[in-house]
Amino acid sequence: MTFILECENLKKYFGEVHAVDGADLQLRREETTSIVGPNGAGKTTLINLITGWLTPDTGKVIFDGRDITHRSPHDRVKLGVTRSFQLVNLCDGLSVLDNIRVAILARRRLAGIFFSLVDRYGYVSDEAFQLLKQLGLEDHANELATTLPHGDKKLLDVGLALATQPKLLLLDEPTSGVSTREKSGVMDIIVSVVRDRKVTTLMIEHDVDLAFSYGTNVIVMSQGTVIATGKPGEVRKIPEVVALGYGE
Amino acid sequence: MVIKIGPSVLRARLPILMIIIILLFIVPLVAPSYQIFLLSYGLLLAITALGYNILFGQTGLLSFGHAAFFGLGAYAPAFLTHYAGIRSLEVWIISSIIFATLVAAVIGYLCVRYTKIYFGLLTLAFSMLFYALLYKFYWVTRGDDGLYVPIPSILGFSIPLSKSAYISGPLYYIIIVTSLVLFAFGWVIYNSPFGKTLQAIRENSARIEFLGIPVKRYKWYAFTLSGFFGGIAGCLFGILNGHVNPMALHWIFSGEIVFMCVLGGHRVFLGPIIGAILFTYLKTYAITLTVYWQIILGSSLIALVLLFPGGIMGWAERLMRKRSQGERKSLDVHT
Repeated sequence: MTFILECENLKKYFGEVHAVDGADLQLRREETTSIVGPNGAGKTTLINLITGWLTPDTGKVIFDGRDITHRSPHDRVKLGVTRSFQLVNLCDGLSVLDNIRVAILARRRLAGIFFSLVDRYGYVSDEAFQLLKQLGLEDHANELATTLPHGDKKLLDVGLALATQPKLLLLDEPTSGVSTREKSGVMDIIVSVVRDRKVTTLMIEHDVDLAFSYGTNVIVMSQGTVIATGKPGEVRKIPEVVALGYGE
Repeated sequence: MVIKIGPSVLRARLPILMIIIILLFIVPLVAPSYQIFLLSYGLLLAITALGYNILFGQTGLLSFGHAAFFGLGAYAPAFLTHYAGIRSLEVWIISSIIFATLVAAVIGYLCVRYTKIYFGLLTLAFSMLFYALLYKFYWVTRGDDGLYVPIPSILGFSIPLSKSAYISGPLYYIIIVTSLVLFAFGWVIYNSPFGKTLQAIRENSARIEFLGIPVKRYKWYAFTLSGFFGGIAGCLFGILNGHVNPMALHWIFSGEIVFMCVLGGHRVFLGPIIGAILFTYLKTYAITLTVYWQIILGSSLIALVLLFPGGIMGWAERLMRKRSQGERKSLDVHT
Protein backbone atom coordinates (compact mmCIF):
# COMPACT_ATOMS: atom_id res chain seq x y z
CA MET A 1 0.00 0.00 0.00
CA THR A 2 1.69 3.14 -1.13
CA PHE A 3 -0.92 5.62 0.04
CA ILE A 4 -1.85 6.13 3.69
CA LEU A 5 -4.76 8.39 2.80
CA GLU A 6 -6.90 8.55 -0.31
CA CYS A 7 -9.82 10.88 -0.81
CA GLU A 8 -12.07 10.18 -3.77
CA ASN A 9 -14.39 12.78 -5.19
CA LEU A 10 -15.27 14.34 -1.83
CA LYS A 11 -18.16 16.77 -1.87
CA LYS A 12 -19.58 18.86 0.94
CA TYR A 13 -22.17 21.52 0.24
CA PHE A 14 -23.54 23.97 2.78
CA GLY A 15 -26.69 25.10 1.00
CA GLU A 16 -25.53 27.10 -1.98
CA VAL A 17 -21.92 27.07 -0.86
CA HIS A 18 -19.91 24.28 -2.47
CA ALA A 19 -17.23 24.14 0.22
CA VAL A 20 -15.58 21.00 -1.12
CA ASP A 21 -16.63 20.11 -4.62
CA GLY A 22 -15.10 16.89 -5.88
CA ALA A 23 -11.71 16.84 -4.21
CA ASP A 24 -9.30 13.96 -4.89
CA LEU A 25 -6.02 13.50 -3.11
CA GLN A 26 -3.50 10.87 -2.12
CA LEU A 27 -0.88 11.06 0.59
CA ARG A 28 2.22 8.87 0.69
CA ARG A 29 3.50 7.57 4.00
CA GLU A 30 5.79 9.78 6.04
CA GLU A 31 5.54 12.73 3.73
CA THR A 32 4.82 16.29 4.82
CA THR A 33 2.26 17.91 2.57
CA SER A 34 1.07 21.51 2.62
CA ILE A 35 -2.33 22.62 1.40
CA VAL A 36 -2.52 26.16 0.08
CA GLY A 37 -5.33 28.06 -1.51
CA PRO A 38 -7.26 31.30 -1.19
CA ASN A 39 -9.86 31.81 1.58
CA GLY A 40 -12.93 29.70 0.91
CA ALA A 41 -11.02 27.17 -1.18
CA GLY A 42 -12.28 24.41 1.15
CA LYS A 43 -9.06 23.61 3.01
CA THR A 44 -10.50 23.47 6.53
CA THR A 45 -13.63 21.67 5.33
CA LEU A 46 -11.40 19.06 3.73
CA ILE A 47 -9.60 18.49 7.03
CA ASN A 48 -12.95 18.31 8.82
CA LEU A 49 -14.04 15.61 6.39
CA ILE A 50 -10.85 13.61 6.88
CA THR A 51 -10.99 13.81 10.69
CA GLY A 52 -14.71 13.15 10.94
CA TRP A 53 -15.95 16.51 12.21
CA LEU A 54 -18.10 16.55 9.09
CA THR A 55 -19.33 13.73 6.86
CA PRO A 56 -19.15 14.27 3.11
CA ASP A 57 -22.27 14.40 0.92
CA THR A 58 -20.55 12.05 -1.51
CA GLY A 59 -17.12 10.52 -1.88
CA LYS A 60 -14.85 8.35 0.21
CA VAL A 61 -12.10 8.77 2.76
CA ILE A 62 -9.79 5.77 2.78
CA PHE A 63 -7.20 5.56 5.54
CA ASP A 64 -4.68 2.75 5.59
CA GLY A 65 -6.78 0.79 3.11
CA ARG A 66 -9.89 1.14 5.27
CA ASP A 67 -12.97 3.15 4.40
CA ILE A 68 -13.42 5.59 7.31
CA THR A 69 -15.87 7.95 5.62
CA HIS A 70 -18.54 7.41 8.25
CA ARG A 71 -16.42 6.65 11.33
CA SER A 72 -16.71 8.94 14.40
CA PRO A 73 -13.83 11.33 15.17
CA HIS A 74 -13.24 9.29 18.30
CA ASP A 75 -12.78 6.08 16.28
CA ARG A 76 -10.45 7.79 13.85
CA VAL A 77 -8.19 8.90 16.72
CA LYS A 78 -7.90 5.26 17.73
CA LEU A 79 -7.07 4.26 14.15
CA GLY A 80 -4.39 6.94 14.05
CA VAL A 81 -5.90 10.08 12.55
CA THR A 82 -5.47 13.13 14.79
CA ARG A 83 -5.63 16.86 14.24
CA SER A 84 -4.59 20.12 15.80
CA PHE A 85 -6.71 23.21 15.69
CA GLN A 86 -6.53 26.59 14.02
CA LEU A 87 -7.46 28.26 17.29
CA VAL A 88 -5.41 27.11 20.26
CA ASN A 89 -7.34 24.38 22.03
CA LEU A 90 -5.67 23.31 25.28
CA CYS A 91 -6.45 22.56 28.91
CA ASP A 92 -5.51 26.05 30.05
CA GLY A 93 -5.71 25.46 33.78
CA LEU A 94 -3.43 22.40 33.73
CA SER A 95 0.33 22.41 33.58
CA VAL A 96 2.06 21.91 30.24
CA LEU A 97 3.27 18.51 31.44
CA ASP A 98 -0.23 17.44 32.51
CA ASN A 99 -1.70 18.45 29.15
CA ILE A 100 0.62 15.97 27.44
CA ARG A 101 0.30 13.37 30.19
CA VAL A 102 -3.49 13.28 29.90
CA ALA A 103 -3.16 12.52 26.19
CA ILE A 104 -0.64 9.76 26.87
CA LEU A 105 -2.74 8.29 29.71
CA ALA A 106 -5.71 8.18 27.36
CA ARG A 107 -3.72 6.41 24.66
CA ARG A 108 -2.24 3.88 27.10
CA ARG A 109 -5.66 3.23 28.61
CA LEU A 110 -4.55 4.35 32.07
CA ALA A 111 -6.94 7.29 32.37
CA GLY A 112 -9.46 5.43 34.53
CA ILE A 113 -7.05 4.48 37.33
CA PHE A 114 -8.06 6.29 40.52
CA PHE A 115 -6.31 4.31 43.25
CA SER A 116 -2.73 5.15 42.33
CA LEU A 117 -0.82 8.39 41.86
CA VAL A 118 -0.16 9.64 38.35
CA ASP A 119 3.47 10.27 39.30
CA ARG A 120 3.93 6.54 39.85
CA TYR A 121 3.68 6.10 36.11
CA GLY A 122 7.23 7.26 35.48
CA TYR A 123 7.18 6.01 31.90
CA VAL A 124 4.23 8.30 31.13
CA SER A 125 6.10 11.31 32.51
CA ASP A 126 9.26 10.24 30.67
CA GLU A 127 7.40 9.97 27.39
CA ALA A 128 5.79 13.36 28.01
CA PHE A 129 9.15 14.95 28.77
CA GLN A 130 10.70 13.45 25.68
CA LEU A 131 7.96 14.99 23.56
CA LEU A 132 8.21 18.33 25.39
CA LYS A 133 11.95 18.32 24.82
CA GLN A 134 11.47 17.77 21.10
CA LEU A 135 9.06 20.68 21.06
CA GLY A 136 11.44 22.81 23.11
CA LEU A 137 8.91 23.17 25.91
CA GLU A 138 10.59 21.16 28.66
CA ASP A 139 11.53 24.27 30.66
CA HIS A 140 7.85 25.20 30.83
CA ALA A 141 6.70 21.73 31.95
CA ASN A 142 5.32 22.86 35.31
CA GLU A 143 3.81 26.13 34.16
CA LEU A 144 0.13 26.46 33.44
CA ALA A 145 -0.63 26.12 29.74
CA THR A 146 -2.42 29.46 29.78
CA THR A 147 0.77 31.32 30.72
CA LEU A 148 2.70 30.15 27.61
CA PRO A 149 3.47 32.63 24.83
CA HIS A 150 1.30 32.12 21.77
CA GLY A 151 3.88 30.30 19.64
CA ASP A 152 4.50 27.80 22.44
CA LYS A 153 0.76 27.24 22.81
CA LYS A 154 0.58 26.32 19.13
CA LEU A 155 3.46 23.88 19.66
CA LEU A 156 1.76 22.36 22.69
CA ASP A 157 -1.43 21.96 20.68
CA VAL A 158 0.53 19.98 18.07
CA GLY A 159 2.17 18.12 20.96
CA LEU A 160 -1.22 17.03 22.31
CA ALA A 161 -2.07 15.61 18.90
CA LEU A 162 1.32 13.89 18.66
CA ALA A 163 0.94 12.33 22.10
CA THR A 164 -1.86 10.16 20.71
CA GLN A 165 0.82 8.69 18.39
CA PRO A 166 -1.03 9.31 15.16
CA LYS A 167 -0.08 7.79 11.82
CA LEU A 168 -1.65 10.75 10.07
CA LEU A 169 -1.57 14.22 11.56
CA LEU A 170 -3.66 17.06 10.20
CA LEU A 171 -2.57 20.54 11.17
CA ASP A 172 -4.99 23.38 10.61
CA GLU A 173 -2.76 26.44 10.32
CA PRO A 174 -0.12 25.53 12.89
CA THR A 175 1.29 29.07 12.75
CA SER A 176 -1.92 31.10 12.76
CA GLY A 177 -1.62 34.05 15.09
CA VAL A 178 2.14 33.61 15.39
CA SER A 179 4.14 36.70 14.43
CA THR A 180 5.85 36.54 11.02
CA ARG A 181 9.23 36.67 12.71
CA GLU A 182 8.53 33.55 14.79
CA LYS A 183 6.64 31.53 12.18
CA SER A 184 9.59 29.71 10.67
CA GLY A 185 10.90 28.86 14.16
CA VAL A 186 7.59 27.17 15.02
CA MET A 187 7.50 25.39 11.64
CA ASP A 188 11.10 24.20 12.00
CA ILE A 189 10.23 22.48 15.27
CA ILE A 190 6.95 20.97 14.05
CA VAL A 191 8.43 19.62 10.82
CA SER A 192 11.49 18.16 12.54
CA VAL A 193 9.32 16.42 15.18
CA VAL A 194 6.87 14.89 12.70
CA ARG A 195 9.75 13.71 10.48
CA ASP A 196 11.56 12.28 13.45
CA ARG A 197 8.41 10.43 14.50
CA LYS A 198 7.68 9.40 10.90
CA VAL A 199 4.18 10.86 11.05
CA THR A 200 2.49 11.56 7.73
CA THR A 201 1.43 15.18 7.94
CA LEU A 202 -1.05 17.28 6.05
CA MET A 203 -1.05 20.94 6.98
CA ILE A 204 -2.94 24.01 5.97
CA GLU A 205 -0.63 26.97 5.78
CA HIS A 206 -1.68 30.48 4.87
CA ASP A 207 1.82 31.78 4.40
CA VAL A 208 2.57 30.56 0.86
CA ASP A 209 6.34 30.81 1.19
CA LEU A 210 6.28 28.73 4.36
CA ALA A 211 3.95 26.19 2.75
CA PHE A 212 6.23 25.75 -0.26
CA SER A 213 9.43 25.62 1.75
CA TYR A 214 8.26 23.17 4.48
CA GLY A 215 6.10 20.80 2.43
CA THR A 216 7.78 17.95 0.58
CA ASN A 217 4.57 18.03 -1.46
CA VAL A 218 2.11 20.80 -2.07
CA ILE A 219 -1.59 20.59 -2.79
CA VAL A 220 -3.20 23.70 -4.26
CA MET A 221 -6.94 24.06 -3.74
CA SER A 222 -9.32 26.50 -5.30
CA GLN A 223 -13.13 26.61 -5.19
CA GLY A 224 -13.49 23.25 -3.50
CA THR A 225 -11.25 21.23 -5.79
CA VAL A 226 -7.61 20.25 -5.95
CA ILE A 227 -6.12 22.08 -8.92
CA ALA A 228 -2.52 20.97 -8.57
CA THR A 229 -0.37 18.58 -6.55
CA GLY A 230 3.31 17.79 -6.68
CA LYS A 231 6.74 18.91 -5.60
CA PRO A 232 6.84 22.58 -4.56
CA GLY A 233 9.17 23.62 -7.41
CA GLU A 234 7.01 22.00 -10.10
CA VAL A 235 3.68 23.18 -8.72
CA ARG A 236 4.84 26.79 -8.70
CA LYS A 237 5.29 26.67 -12.47
CA ILE A 238 1.75 25.48 -13.30
CA PRO A 239 -0.21 28.33 -14.94
CA GLU A 240 -3.36 27.89 -12.79
CA VAL A 241 -1.22 28.14 -9.67
CA VAL A 242 0.60 31.16 -10.98
CA ALA A 243 -2.80 32.69 -11.73
CA LEU A 244 -3.65 32.47 -8.00
CA GLY A 245 -0.55 34.50 -7.28
CA TYR A 246 1.53 31.55 -5.96
CA GLY A 247 4.16 31.64 -8.71
CA GLU A 248 7.81 32.17 -7.93
CA MET B 1 14.08 13.88 34.04
CA VAL B 2 11.01 13.06 36.07
CA ILE B 3 9.40 15.62 38.31
CA LYS B 4 7.49 14.17 41.22
CA ILE B 5 4.98 16.74 42.32
CA GLY B 6 2.46 14.95 44.52
CA PRO B 7 4.49 12.80 46.91
CA SER B 8 7.29 15.33 47.47
CA VAL B 9 4.77 17.97 48.48
CA LEU B 10 3.29 15.47 50.89
CA ARG B 11 6.70 14.58 52.33
CA ALA B 12 7.53 18.24 52.92
CA ARG B 13 4.30 18.74 54.85
CA LEU B 14 4.38 15.43 56.70
CA PRO B 15 5.41 16.98 60.07
CA ILE B 16 2.49 19.45 59.98
CA LEU B 17 0.16 16.64 58.98
CA MET B 18 1.35 14.45 61.89
CA ILE B 19 0.85 17.30 64.38
CA ILE B 20 -2.70 17.89 63.14
CA ILE B 21 -3.51 14.17 63.37
CA ILE B 22 -2.12 13.95 66.92
CA LEU B 23 -4.06 17.07 67.92
CA LEU B 24 -7.25 15.57 66.48
CA PHE B 25 -6.73 12.44 68.56
CA ILE B 26 -6.25 14.29 71.86
CA VAL B 27 -9.21 16.64 71.38
CA PRO B 28 -11.65 14.49 73.44
CA LEU B 29 -9.28 14.57 76.42
CA VAL B 30 -9.40 18.35 76.68
CA ALA B 31 -12.45 19.72 74.86
CA PRO B 32 -16.03 19.95 76.14
CA SER B 33 -18.48 17.55 74.50
CA TYR B 34 -20.24 20.30 72.55
CA GLN B 35 -16.94 21.21 70.85
CA ILE B 36 -16.33 17.56 70.02
CA PHE B 37 -19.79 17.35 68.48
CA LEU B 38 -19.11 20.45 66.43
CA LEU B 39 -15.75 19.20 65.19
CA SER B 40 -17.26 15.81 64.31
CA TYR B 41 -20.00 17.54 62.38
CA GLY B 42 -17.42 19.69 60.58
CA LEU B 43 -15.40 16.62 59.61
CA LEU B 44 -18.47 14.85 58.20
CA LEU B 45 -19.28 17.92 56.14
CA ALA B 46 -15.65 17.94 55.03
CA ILE B 47 -16.00 14.36 53.73
CA THR B 48 -19.17 15.37 51.91
CA ALA B 49 -17.65 18.51 50.40
CA LEU B 50 -14.48 16.65 49.40
CA GLY B 51 -16.54 14.04 47.58
CA TYR B 52 -18.73 16.67 46.00
CA ASN B 53 -15.66 18.52 44.81
CA ILE B 54 -14.61 15.52 42.69
CA LEU B 55 -17.62 16.50 40.63
CA PHE B 56 -17.59 20.28 41.07
CA GLY B 57 -13.98 21.41 41.41
CA GLN B 58 -12.29 18.64 39.48
CA THR B 59 -14.74 17.81 36.69
CA GLY B 60 -16.36 21.24 36.53
CA LEU B 61 -19.95 20.04 36.97
CA LEU B 62 -22.02 22.25 39.26
CA SER B 63 -24.60 20.00 40.91
CA PHE B 64 -27.30 21.41 43.18
CA GLY B 65 -28.47 18.07 44.46
CA HIS B 66 -25.60 16.58 46.38
CA ALA B 67 -27.51 16.66 49.68
CA ALA B 68 -29.56 13.73 48.33
CA PHE B 69 -26.68 11.28 48.77
CA PHE B 70 -25.80 12.61 52.21
CA GLY B 71 -29.45 12.43 53.23
CA LEU B 72 -30.04 8.94 51.84
CA GLY B 73 -26.85 7.81 53.58
CA ALA B 74 -28.32 9.18 56.82
CA TYR B 75 -31.71 7.56 56.29
CA ALA B 76 -30.26 4.08 55.70
CA PRO B 77 -29.47 3.42 59.42
CA ALA B 78 -32.83 4.90 60.44
CA PHE B 79 -34.74 2.58 58.10
CA LEU B 80 -32.66 -0.44 59.14
CA THR B 81 -33.37 0.29 62.80
CA HIS B 82 -37.10 0.84 62.36
CA TYR B 83 -37.94 -1.79 59.81
CA ALA B 84 -35.34 -4.52 60.29
CA GLY B 85 -34.20 -3.99 63.86
CA ILE B 86 -30.59 -3.95 62.72
CA ARG B 87 -28.37 -1.85 64.96
CA SER B 88 -24.94 -2.78 63.73
CA LEU B 89 -22.51 -0.04 62.71
CA GLU B 90 -20.85 -2.20 60.03
CA VAL B 91 -24.16 -3.11 58.37
CA TRP B 92 -25.27 0.52 58.54
CA ILE B 93 -22.13 1.89 56.91
CA ILE B 94 -22.14 -0.72 54.16
CA SER B 95 -25.86 -0.17 53.50
CA SER B 96 -25.42 3.60 53.38
CA ILE B 97 -22.56 3.22 50.92
CA ILE B 98 -24.50 0.85 48.67
CA PHE B 99 -27.69 2.92 48.88
CA ALA B 100 -26.10 6.32 48.21
CA THR B 101 -23.68 5.05 45.56
CA LEU B 102 -26.38 3.17 43.67
CA VAL B 103 -28.72 6.14 43.66
CA ALA B 104 -25.84 8.39 42.59
CA ALA B 105 -25.02 5.96 39.77
CA VAL B 106 -28.60 6.01 38.48
CA ILE B 107 -29.11 9.79 38.82
CA GLY B 108 -25.63 10.46 37.47
CA TYR B 109 -26.22 8.26 34.45
CA LEU B 110 -29.18 10.44 33.50
CA CYS B 111 -27.65 13.80 34.45
CA VAL B 112 -24.26 13.61 32.69
CA ARG B 113 -26.08 13.66 29.36
CA TYR B 114 -26.62 17.34 30.02
CA THR B 115 -24.18 20.14 30.70
CA LYS B 116 -24.07 23.46 32.54
CA ILE B 117 -27.39 24.82 33.85
CA TYR B 118 -29.39 21.84 32.57
CA PHE B 119 -27.16 19.50 34.51
CA GLY B 120 -27.48 21.64 37.64
CA LEU B 121 -31.26 21.87 37.44
CA LEU B 122 -31.66 18.16 36.80
CA THR B 123 -29.61 17.28 39.89
CA LEU B 124 -31.68 19.79 41.87
CA ALA B 125 -34.89 18.19 40.64
CA PHE B 126 -33.78 14.66 41.51
CA SER B 127 -32.68 15.62 45.01
CA MET B 128 -35.94 17.46 45.65
CA LEU B 129 -37.80 14.41 44.39
CA PHE B 130 -36.19 12.31 47.12
CA TYR B 131 -36.84 15.10 49.62
CA ALA B 132 -40.52 15.13 48.67
CA LEU B 133 -40.78 11.34 48.93
CA LEU B 134 -39.33 11.34 52.43
CA TYR B 135 -41.43 14.33 53.42
CA LYS B 136 -44.76 13.11 52.08
CA PHE B 137 -44.75 9.37 52.80
CA TYR B 138 -45.46 10.01 56.45
CA TRP B 139 -46.49 6.45 57.32
CA VAL B 140 -43.11 5.13 56.17
CA THR B 141 -40.74 8.00 56.89
CA ARG B 142 -42.61 9.94 59.61
CA GLY B 143 -42.37 13.00 57.34
CA ASP B 144 -40.71 16.06 58.77
CA ASP B 145 -40.73 14.54 62.28
CA GLY B 146 -37.96 12.35 60.94
CA LEU B 147 -36.65 9.11 62.39
CA TYR B 148 -34.65 8.35 65.49
CA VAL B 149 -31.19 6.75 65.14
CA PRO B 150 -29.93 4.85 68.20
CA ILE B 151 -26.35 4.08 69.23
CA PRO B 152 -25.24 1.13 67.07
CA SER B 153 -23.28 -1.90 68.19
CA ILE B 154 -19.74 -2.35 66.92
CA LEU B 155 -18.75 -5.86 65.73
CA GLY B 156 -21.63 -7.26 67.74
CA PHE B 157 -20.74 -5.51 71.00
CA SER B 158 -23.32 -3.04 72.21
CA ILE B 159 -21.94 0.11 73.77
CA PRO B 160 -23.31 0.93 77.23
CA LEU B 161 -22.60 4.64 77.16
CA SER B 162 -24.71 7.75 77.46
CA LYS B 163 -25.26 9.59 74.20
CA SER B 164 -22.84 12.39 75.06
CA ALA B 165 -20.14 9.97 76.28
CA TYR B 166 -20.61 7.99 73.07
CA ILE B 167 -20.26 11.08 70.90
CA SER B 168 -17.13 12.37 72.60
CA GLY B 169 -15.64 8.87 72.86
CA PRO B 170 -16.03 6.02 70.38
CA LEU B 171 -18.00 7.91 67.74
CA TYR B 172 -15.48 10.73 67.63
CA TYR B 173 -12.66 8.28 66.96
CA ILE B 174 -14.69 6.47 64.32
CA ILE B 175 -15.29 9.79 62.60
CA ILE B 176 -11.64 10.83 62.83
CA VAL B 177 -10.37 7.55 61.38
CA THR B 178 -13.02 7.53 58.63
CA SER B 179 -12.24 11.14 57.74
CA LEU B 180 -8.51 10.56 57.56
CA VAL B 181 -8.95 7.44 55.42
CA LEU B 182 -11.34 9.23 53.07
CA PHE B 183 -9.19 12.38 52.91
CA ALA B 184 -6.26 10.17 51.92
CA PHE B 185 -8.43 8.41 49.33
CA GLY B 186 -9.58 11.78 48.02
CA TRP B 187 -5.99 12.95 47.77
CA VAL B 188 -5.01 9.85 45.81
CA ILE B 189 -7.96 10.38 43.45
CA TYR B 190 -6.99 14.03 43.02
CA ASN B 191 -3.47 13.05 41.99
CA SER B 192 -4.36 9.87 40.08
CA PRO B 193 -4.51 9.44 36.30
CA PHE B 194 -8.31 9.51 36.70
CA GLY B 195 -8.15 12.80 38.64
CA LYS B 196 -5.89 14.38 36.03
CA THR B 197 -8.28 13.27 33.31
CA LEU B 198 -11.24 14.79 35.19
CA GLN B 199 -9.35 18.07 35.54
CA ALA B 200 -8.63 17.99 31.82
CA ILE B 201 -12.33 17.40 31.12
CA ARG B 202 -13.12 20.45 33.27
CA GLU B 203 -10.68 22.55 31.26
CA ASN B 204 -11.64 21.44 27.76
CA SER B 205 -14.02 18.51 27.43
CA ALA B 206 -14.27 18.79 23.63
CA ARG B 207 -10.53 18.47 23.13
CA ILE B 208 -10.32 15.58 25.60
CA GLU B 209 -12.99 13.68 23.67
CA PHE B 210 -10.68 13.94 20.67
CA LEU B 211 -7.81 12.48 22.62
CA GLY B 212 -9.88 9.30 22.88
CA ILE B 213 -11.54 9.76 26.32
CA PRO B 214 -15.26 8.92 26.58
CA VAL B 215 -16.08 12.13 28.46
CA LYS B 216 -19.64 11.29 29.51
CA ARG B 217 -18.60 7.99 31.05
CA TYR B 218 -15.88 9.71 33.07
CA LYS B 219 -18.33 12.33 34.30
CA TRP B 220 -20.59 9.49 35.38
CA TYR B 221 -17.76 7.82 37.33
CA ALA B 222 -17.06 11.15 39.06
CA PHE B 223 -20.73 11.55 39.95
CA THR B 224 -20.92 8.06 41.42
CA LEU B 225 -17.73 8.52 43.44
CA SER B 226 -19.03 11.76 44.90
CA GLY B 227 -22.19 9.93 45.97
CA PHE B 228 -20.06 7.31 47.71
CA PHE B 229 -18.37 9.95 49.89
CA GLY B 230 -21.74 11.56 50.66
CA GLY B 231 -23.23 8.21 51.69
CA ILE B 232 -20.57 7.44 54.29
CA ALA B 233 -20.68 10.97 55.73
CA GLY B 234 -24.48 10.84 55.85
CA CYS B 235 -24.48 7.51 57.72
CA LEU B 236 -22.17 8.83 60.43
CA PHE B 237 -24.14 12.08 60.58
CA GLY B 238 -27.31 10.12 61.31
CA ILE B 239 -25.59 8.43 64.23
CA LEU B 240 -24.00 11.66 65.48
CA ASN B 241 -27.25 13.60 65.27
CA GLY B 242 -29.31 10.70 66.66
CA HIS B 243 -32.10 11.73 64.36
CA VAL B 244 -32.68 12.32 60.66
CA ASN B 245 -35.27 14.39 58.86
CA PRO B 246 -35.84 15.34 55.21
CA MET B 247 -34.00 18.66 55.61
CA ALA B 248 -30.78 16.65 55.15
CA LEU B 249 -31.79 16.26 51.49
CA HIS B 250 -33.05 19.78 50.92
CA TRP B 251 -31.54 21.92 48.19
CA ILE B 252 -30.55 24.49 50.81
CA PHE B 253 -28.09 21.97 52.17
CA SER B 254 -26.91 21.20 48.61
CA GLY B 255 -26.26 24.90 48.23
CA GLU B 256 -24.32 24.94 51.49
CA ILE B 257 -22.07 22.17 50.17
CA VAL B 258 -21.32 24.30 47.11
CA PHE B 259 -20.66 27.24 49.44
CA MET B 260 -18.14 25.18 51.46
CA CYS B 261 -16.19 24.31 48.31
CA VAL B 262 -16.13 27.90 47.09
CA LEU B 263 -15.22 29.17 50.55
CA GLY B 264 -12.24 26.85 50.85
CA GLY B 265 -11.30 26.94 47.17
CA HIS B 266 -12.74 24.37 44.80
CA ARG B 267 -9.66 24.13 42.60
CA VAL B 268 -7.42 23.07 45.48
CA PHE B 269 -7.46 19.65 47.11
CA LEU B 270 -7.65 20.98 50.68
CA GLY B 271 -10.21 23.65 49.75
CA PRO B 272 -13.44 21.74 50.47
CA ILE B 273 -12.05 20.30 53.74
CA ILE B 274 -11.01 23.70 55.09
CA GLY B 275 -14.18 25.28 53.68
CA ALA B 276 -16.49 22.74 55.33
CA ILE B 277 -14.90 23.02 58.76
CA LEU B 278 -14.80 26.81 58.58
CA PHE B 279 -18.42 26.85 57.42
CA THR B 280 -19.49 24.73 60.39
CA TYR B 281 -17.99 27.17 62.89
CA LEU B 282 -19.06 30.24 60.93
CA LYS B 283 -22.67 29.08 60.80
CA THR B 284 -22.78 27.89 64.41
CA TYR B 285 -21.40 31.11 65.83
CA ALA B 286 -23.33 33.32 63.42
CA ILE B 287 -26.54 31.67 64.67
CA THR B 288 -25.62 32.31 68.32
CA LEU B 289 -24.71 35.92 67.55
CA THR B 290 -27.84 36.97 65.69
CA VAL B 291 -31.10 35.65 64.30
CA TYR B 292 -30.06 37.27 61.03
CA TRP B 293 -27.21 34.81 60.66
CA GLN B 294 -27.91 34.32 56.97
CA ILE B 295 -26.84 37.91 56.43
CA ILE B 296 -23.41 37.10 57.84
CA LEU B 297 -23.07 34.03 55.61
CA GLY B 298 -24.43 35.85 52.59
CA SER B 299 -22.20 38.87 52.90
CA SER B 300 -19.17 36.67 53.51
CA LEU B 301 -20.00 34.81 50.29
CA ILE B 302 -20.20 38.10 48.37
CA ALA B 303 -16.92 39.29 49.85
CA LEU B 304 -15.35 35.94 49.04
CA VAL B 305 -16.39 35.87 45.41
CA LEU B 306 -15.31 39.47 44.86
CA LEU B 307 -12.05 39.44 46.82
CA PHE B 308 -10.88 35.81 46.83
CA PRO B 309 -12.41 34.12 43.80
CA GLY B 310 -10.11 31.13 44.30
CA GLY B 311 -11.32 30.62 47.88
CA ILE B 312 -9.12 30.63 50.97
CA MET B 313 -6.85 27.79 49.90
CA GLY B 314 -6.71 29.07 46.32
CA TRP B 315 -5.54 32.40 47.67
CA ALA B 316 -2.98 30.74 49.94
CA GLU B 317 -1.67 28.63 47.08
CA ARG B 318 -1.26 31.67 44.86
CA LEU B 319 0.65 33.47 47.61
CA MET B 320 2.98 30.49 47.98
CA ARG B 321 3.52 30.18 44.24
CA LYS B 322 4.33 33.88 44.02
CA ARG B 323 6.82 33.56 46.84
CA SER B 324 8.56 30.56 45.28
CA GLN B 325 8.67 32.32 41.92
CA GLY B 326 10.11 35.39 43.63
CA GLU B 327 12.83 33.22 45.15
CA ARG B 328 13.58 31.66 41.77
CA LYS B 329 13.85 35.09 40.19
CA SER B 330 16.22 36.38 42.84
CA LEU B 331 18.33 33.23 42.32
CA ASP B 332 18.49 33.97 38.61
CA VAL B 333 19.79 37.45 39.37
CA HIS B 334 22.58 36.11 41.58
CA THR B 335 23.81 33.43 39.20
